[in-house]
Amino acid sequence: MPITRRAALLSAAALPLARPALSQSGDPFKVGLIVPMTGPSASTGRQIDAAVKAWLRANPAPVAGRRIEVVLRDDTGTAPDVTRRLAQEMAVRERVRALAGFGLTPLALAAAPIATEAKLPMIVMAAGASVIPSRSPFIVRTSFTLPQATRPIATWAAANGIRTAATLVSDFAPGLDAERAFKEAFGAAGGRVSLELRSPLRNPDYAPFLQRVRDARPDALFIFVPSGEGSALIKQFNERGLREAGIRLIGTGDVLDDDLLNDMGDGVIGAVTSHHYSTAHDSPENAAFRDAFRAVAPDMRPNFMAVGGWDGMHLLAEALRRTNGDPDGTKLVDAMKGLAWTSPRGPMSIDPATRDVVQDVYIRRTERRDGQLWNIEFDRVQAVKDAA
Amino acid sequence: MAAAITVLLDGVASGMLLFVLSVGLSVTLGLMNVVNLAHGAFGMVGGYVCVVLLNRAGVPFLPSLAAATLAAAALGWLLERLLYVRIYGRDHLEQVLFSIGLVFVLGAVADFFMGARQQLIQLPDWLSGRVELAGIGLGRYRIFLILVCGAVAVGLHFGLVRTRFGARLRAAVDNGPVARGMGLPVGRIFSLTFALGSGLAGLGGALGVEVLGLDPNFPLKWLVYFLVVVAVGGANSVMGPFAAAILLGVLDVAGKYWVPEVGAFVIYTAMVVLLLARPDGLLARART
Repeated sequence: MPITRRAALLSAAALPLARPALSQSGDPFKVGLIVPMTGPSASTGRQIDAAVKAWLRANPAPVAGRRIEVVLRDDTGTAPDVTRRLAQEMAVRERVRALAGFGLTPLALAAAPIATEAKLPMIVMAAGASVIPSRSPFIVRTSFTLPQATRPIATWAAANGIRTAATLVSDFAPGLDAERAFKEAFGAAGGRVSLELRSPLRNPDYAPFLQRVRDARPDALFIFVPSGEGSALIKQFNERGLREAGIRLIGTGDVLDDDLLNDMGDGVIGAVTSHHYSTAHDSPENAAFRDAFRAVAPDMRPNFMAVGGWDGMHLLAEALRRTNGDPDGTKLVDAMKGLAWTSPRGPMSIDPATRDVVQDVYIRRTERRDGQLWNIEFDRVQAVKDAA
Repeated sequence: MAAAITVLLDGVASGMLLFVLSVGLSVTLGLMNVVNLAHGAFGMVGGYVCVVLLNRAGVPFLPSLAAATLAAAALGWLLERLLYVRIYGRDHLEQVLFSIGLVFVLGAVADFFMGARQQLIQLPDWLSGRVELAGIGLGRYRIFLILVCGAVAVGLHFGLVRTRFGARLRAAVDNGPVARGMGLPVGRIFSLTFALGSGLAGLGGALGVEVLGLDPNFPLKWLVYFLVVVAVGGANSVMGPFAAAILLGVLDVAGKYWVPEVGAFVIYTAMVVLLLARPDGLLARART
């Protein structure tokens, strides 16, 4: 963006005017929400957007005298430089007091320097790589990290009669994270990974890989693939007769994304996964969340992305309440550190040291109830952090 | 040994599917000299028609396949009459730009109506599961793919060689002005051919929902595979792309099974080797 003399003068003139206006109570607190609303990751953005709208509807009262206002931008999910530019525009032109959203890790990393420079709290509601919060002291995460979701299923498997396991992951950064976390935790619990397979991201025909697993006959197959690919993989798992061969199917919960689960068919019944959120989670907070979400998006089921958006809004509002409406970024982030609350997913908190999410991770089995497919939680590991 | 045969048959099935999806491209590229990168979009349209009929209207699987084929053919015919007819004589860059633009438009339309997510279908019982013959296991759906796509290949081959329409098409391609002078309706022959190619792509897209997946990125995701088939097979016969598709399908599946670490690259290596050995296409010498 070329800086013309007039633009420089204008922004210099605007500054002293804008500052006093912002400190007045009653002024809206603007949040810049940057998520992919189109492109391959559009479902992430649509879930988060709906959850944020649902939260605003359920919490219409001003927080510490300020109305919370959300400005939505679509970064298309594929271009980190677009995310960065949007974050910059939000900070400079829209004068937001916080950034939020961020569907994928590269997008969050691209926006991190903007948060640092503008001293804006940056709430990561979706992206899952462990490294993200270390990239800016203003980043706080309300989603989950892959090791966090992966280690509990490895431990559970080892404790439940699974001695050998094969892993099948998509060949991209999160897949490799999941593979490593599973191998470490499973090995530490006495299990052995007998076969490690990586399928190319662009060509999701899993048949040859699954045939290989069938011939290797491990006790279980651990899978991690991008949400949306899960059902194709599980279908072929069944079609190839891996289930009859006595191989159990385990994985992280994003493979059985609640938003898609109902269309996956009966083949997914019995799969055991670990995740921090299931739409079927039984609690009054989750019931309220589901009702609020349904009012905004009647034909979607809120999934783990949605709950990240909902909790991100809760976290911002709670921090604003603690600073008595002071929108200063550093103070807001300080107020967020150590904050604990009961989310629709269950108890969660923000680690004061890493600003990363600490939460319960549940072991779930896919079942059919009332004619619909759900991930039913039957075991939990409490207060799981990102690193072991 | 049993594993090897299973892998081989899986490869043949995926190659057959690839053939049905890409044969239309080899026809438009080789016979009509149009670079139509939007070919996969007709596959996507067929896939979506199949999904909507199956999931929302409750139509059985086989009629849905037929409807997907017809819908893609109709769309192909319409777009050929309205749009493609204008770019026949243009240079290839314009054709590339136009057809890639069309991919984006159709992808956005699919996204608008169906969302960006992967579409899922439930196969009828008689197509799901697997059969074991003498210790060799094969999915029923893969057998079905081999039968349907094999029938399409045979039909196409004899259609082009033996029928009057095939003869007219070859005449129109070999020498358009003379064919026109002899009273052949060249424009209509091209339209029909284009519609046929699009319809086959639609059939492939519908058959592929279960194996390849379906989302608005389908045309771009698989474009490389279509182009590889056409490049390796040679662009103006039916049997060339057929042999190429089967060979690539088998190599792809076998590579992923035996050397999963580099499995994704096997198909590209094969393409390079084959193009070096036979730059005019696999069966180039068999053609006259």
